[in-house]
Amino acid sequence: MNILEQIRNRFVDKIGIMEKSAKRVYIAVEKEEARELVCYLFRDLGARFSIATGVDTRPGIEILYHMAFDANDLMLTVRVLVRKPELEMPTFSDFMPAAEWIEREIHEMFGVKFIGHPNLQTLLLPDDWPEGVYPLRKGTFESEKENEEREN
Amino acid sequence: MRKETLIPIGPYHPLLEEPEFFKFYVEGEKIVDAEVRIGYNHRGIEKLAESKTYDQDPFLVERICGICSTSHPFAFVRAAEDVAGIQIPERAEYIRTIIGDLERIHSHLLWVGLAGHFIGYNTVFMWAWKYREPVLDIFEAISGNRNHYGMFKVGGVRRDIKDSDIPALLKAIDEVEKFCSMLTKAVMDDPVIQARLKGIGILKKQDAIDLSVVGPVARASGVAIDVRKDHPYAAYDRIDWNIIVTESGDIFDKAAVRLLETLESVKIIRQCLKQMPKGPIDADIREVGVGEGIGQHEAPRGEVFHYIRANGTNFPERHKIRAPSFMNVPSFKKTVIGESIADAALITAAVDPCYCCTERMAVVEPGTEKVLLTGEELVKLSQQKTEGLKKR
Repeated sequence: MNILEQIRNRFVDKIGIMEKSAKRVYIAVEKEEARELVCYLFRDLGARFSIATGVDTRPGIEILYHMAFDANDLMLTVRVLVRKPELEMPTFSDFMPAAEWIEREIHEMFGVKFIGHPNLQTLLLPDDWPEGVYPLRKGTFESEKENEEREN
Repeated sequence: MRKETLIPIGPYHPLLEEPEFFKFYVEGEKIVDAEVRIGYNHRGIEKLAESKTYDQDPFLVERICGICSTSHPFAFVRAAEDVAGIQIPERAEYIRTIIGDLERIHSHLLWVGLAGHFIGYNTVFMWAWKYREPVLDIFEAISGNRNHYGMFKVGGVRRDIKDSDIPALLKAIDEVEKFCSMLTKAVMDDPVIQARLKGIGILKKQDAIDLSVVGPVARASGVAIDVRKDHPYAAYDRIDWNIIVTESGDIFDKAAVRLLETLESVKIIRQCLKQMPKGPIDADIREVGVGEGIGQHEAPRGEVFHYIRANGTNFPERHKIRAPSFMNVPSFKKTVIGESIADAALITAAVDPCYCCTERMAVVEPGTEKVLLTGEELVKLSQQKTEGLKKR
């Protein structure tokens, strides 16, 4: 049975699979199911964690977990939306140590809080970087502040 | 009370002269805990790439790394081509393969030389760097540059290899092969190097999988992954070559994997030069379009990963870059604990981190921050250990 069928059988309607090509597959999943799905890919199906990408979008920060299946020539990407303004996401570093650094990076660059992460100190930014300034967000720091004030 | 001493190493790596800051906690000579701090060299290239066009970005990402400068443009153009869903001309695929693997040879030789210097084998350093020179000459003949070749563009390559140049290039490759196999034999058969490097800094196979390390670090620990074989691209699937995999995961194996890979790269380049079909070198793409794309390339240090989200304009909306060292460096926690200070700098350099460590390593007394040992003294410690082995 191929990998996509195994995933489909186990998660049925909790996920949306988009096959861009035979080698590039994207799976959209809700935040609540993401942990189970990624754990299944990494621990049971033996995927390699390539990296995660954060993307700032209007409703929240999108996190893409790129899982490589080296034996099957497949790059599978799990797409999760972490909604603003809470921006909370469970950590995956407990079952997948490879994710520890990139979660720290997404935390400092986008402000996503990874619940349960052992060490969310800055990795790339200087120690005296001002709090609440996230370099890879789309808006400027000032414009985000203004938006917040307008909403309140 | 535990007698623990803190040794900060950095923010420059003693061996690689790039910024990276290690803190080692030692009891006597044994390392009991370790921390790392990176980011001294963060230049915000991901953000900068969003304000440059798809034609400019290959030049930008080429400047991420001075040693493996082609790896990032290679992954970037593949990501952009993945968005557009296009095939590039066959001749361009071959030229890309030649550039990619020439780079592997010179990068591995550079590391072997530095590692040799660090254990007090300056002969290895002199040899490796001397024999790296003809590789750079070949680069100059092909691209006009010894480094930062500017060969890649979305849809193909920028310069062709003239047919009249091929006999001379083949001859130069033969020379490189002679040097590489001589160096490989000399290093791998040397009893002192074996005694010095075997059994230290071991990364176990399960740890390698858990940490998802890539490239020679993974292959030295028995994880047989190589983007060139697993996710075939360019001309790698049309050529006969082998993945080098060893089992023990110590520094000797990491060196062996790199040395043997230079010989495989010679094989790849020779076949490419011979088989290369005639034809165009550029698909002449006007637009990248809308969508997402992923590009991978097996750099000398492992898989380079680029992700692009395109919104139909001439600029990427999001460009994620992941260099192999980002996955490889965290493995130091598994390899360095329990080893002695004399080996620490060598172990942290064994993953060939593509950024920095310390010429100002220092052993410091806890609390007082008083410097007990300087970086130079630590290098001496490492070289003295080798001297001691030679006398035995």
